[in-house]
Amino acid sequence: MATRSDIAASPVKGGAAPGRTPGSRSADKDDRRRSKLSRRWQRDARWSPYAFVSPFFLLFAAFGLFPLIYTGWASLHQVELTAPTDMNWVGLKNYTRIFDDDFFWNAAQNTLTIGIISTVPQLMIAMGIAHILNYKLRASTFWRVAMLAPYATSIAAATLVFVLLFGRDYGMINWALGAVGIDPVGWQDDKWPGQIAVSTIIIWRWTGYNALIYLAAMQAIPQDLYESAALDGASRWRQFLHVTLPSLRPTILFTVVVSTIGASQVFGEPLLFDPNKGASGGAEHQFQTLGLYLYEQGWVNQHLGRASAIAWTMFAILIVIGLINQLISRRLRASS
Amino acid sequence: MTTTATPPETPIVKDQKRSRLPKSARAGGTLHGGPLAYVILTVFTLVSLFPLVWTAIAASRDNQRLAENPPPLWFGSNLFKNLEIAWKDANLGEAFLNTTIVAGISAVTIVVLSTIAGFAFAKLRFKGRNALMLLVIGTMMVPPQLSIIPLYMMVAKLDWTDQLQAVIFPSLVSAFGVFFMRQYLLQALPDEVIEAARVDGASSWRVVWHVVFPAARPAMAVLGMLMFVQAWNDFLWPFLVLTQTGNPTVQVAVAGLGRGYTPDQSLIMAGALLGTLPLLLVFAIFGKQIVGGIMQGAVKG
Repeated sequence: MATRSDIAASPVKGGAAPGRTPGSRSADKDDRRRSKLSRRWQRDARWSPYAFVSPFFLLFAAFGLFPLIYTGWASLHQVELTAPTDMNWVGLKNYTRIFDDDFFWNAAQNTLTIGIISTVPQLMIAMGIAHILNYKLRASTFWRVAMLAPYATSIAAATLVFVLLFGRDYGMINWALGAVGIDPVGWQDDKWPGQIAVSTIIIWRWTGYNALIYLAAMQAIPQDLYESAALDGASRWRQFLHVTLPSLRPTILFTVVVSTIGASQVFGEPLLFDPNKGASGGAEHQFQTLGLYLYEQGWVNQHLGRASAIAWTMFAILIVIGLINQLISRRLRASS
Repeated sequence: MTTTATPPETPIVKDQKRSRLPKSARAGGTLHGGPLAYVILTVFTLVSLFPLVWTAIAASRDNQRLAENPPPLWFGSNLFKNLEIAWKDANLGEAFLNTTIVAGISAVTIVVLSTIAGFAFAKLRFKGRNALMLLVIGTMMVPPQLSIIPLYMMVAKLDWTDQLQAVIFPSLVSAFGVFFMRQYLLQALPDEVIEAARVDGASSWRVVWHVVFPAARPAMAVLGMLMFVQAWNDFLWPFLVLTQTGNPTVQVAVAGLGRGYTPDQSLIMAGALLGTLPLLLVFAIFGKQIVGGIMQGAVKG
């Protein structure tokens, strides 16, 4: 590490005093002092970047990386919530236990369906709203800020409100549906209504945020692309399809990845949406997600080892998603 | 909202130079939105705001009224009474203080550490820089939820349950923050300024203090607000290590109201409203800056 000298090429290109080689052989006192300073300067230039990034990496190692890896170690042990420091080696038993548990597969399936129901409409609506926001508008700041209000609302507060709105007997939504002749829906009792309701909370909180991200990317598209497309006779809709969407591909991929990761972690909404106030995601586990299942195994059934196995399974799934993402983005880059 | 009353009939600005282009060429930020655009935006905004407004409506009623059809659509007279009871029942005074401490420490630490790390990644050359930056981006993709079990073991071992430091320490690090500050400093801090300071003999720390921090101030403010919001709304981890009676954060207190045995829905709504109001206020005041920050963080370079 110390042999590289490209550091000298860094900040000082003008080659002022400190840039002179430290070994200059002049016996002059002044020169020696200068070379001492210069050595200190070089040491500073060489090591200070590491000093600047190290607090982040130290904290990350302590509270991010180490716990993540240690989760894998814990997943091979029996660990009880009541005595979290006593660990008994059980090998892969935690994994076979959860893979044999129907509720695990149920939760995995629910996570997938809630993920799709919440992510796909969310990003599509966000795209449409961003397109509109990209016009010249009056009060443009007002619209942008107003659609961020749900983002400012916490999961806890938002879910508690939606519990009331989705109430079967006196909820606003069933009342509105009743007005057009639809029978009351058991949002908290039935499988698909429950998953749609939970997804609605997620969509409500995140659509405005994603719209802003799309808007930012749209504003970065060079204007002449539209002009030349228009000269070729492309309608506005065709311009959207052939100029806007292709230019947004990296951003779309980015939001898909972030939303997918978010969807795999859904926890607070199904926890608080459960009318029985348990952690099973409804009486029949109908909207229990993997995050909630992890919590139930670890903190209700008190098996931290098993919960660790769930966490690592989720981690493995995310790595697979990450690899797929890599593959797609490489292909995108190759094709463009 | 008043905008819908007078949907601006948009005369396309007569631009001599562009008049030969078809009208459809002026997409992407230069074309005025028509009435339909305003209608759609109004609907979307109403949907965004309605649950919040209705929280206040429900909080101003009583439990009995919330168990009747049709649901209330306008305010009742119990708002302040309910807010007062919820404030006491949910221990919200303490919760506000706790959350302010946690979110404040978390936001300030993240901003400072992210700025110096982001500066190093944006402007300094060092061996392993690209690999380390990739690591930062990689960690953005790993959700913190996967690390909670060992963290919980740590907290149990240190006997930190129900204590604020259990929530503060894991919240001090944000890969997004480093990425965000790097993106900002890449374009906002000219190399020449740093060079000039170094030629004057300034050490790296002096450069950070006298050059980087002043240049980064707008981005630091935005990142600070975003991180404050995130820490304020964080739910899972505080929910695991804090309890309603032991140093709750606002989210723990509000969730406790909902999961407790208070059958009074109007009180629950009053608690939810109180827990949300401070952030709504922040957004009302600094909304423009927050919007700008989110959009800036979105454009990747």
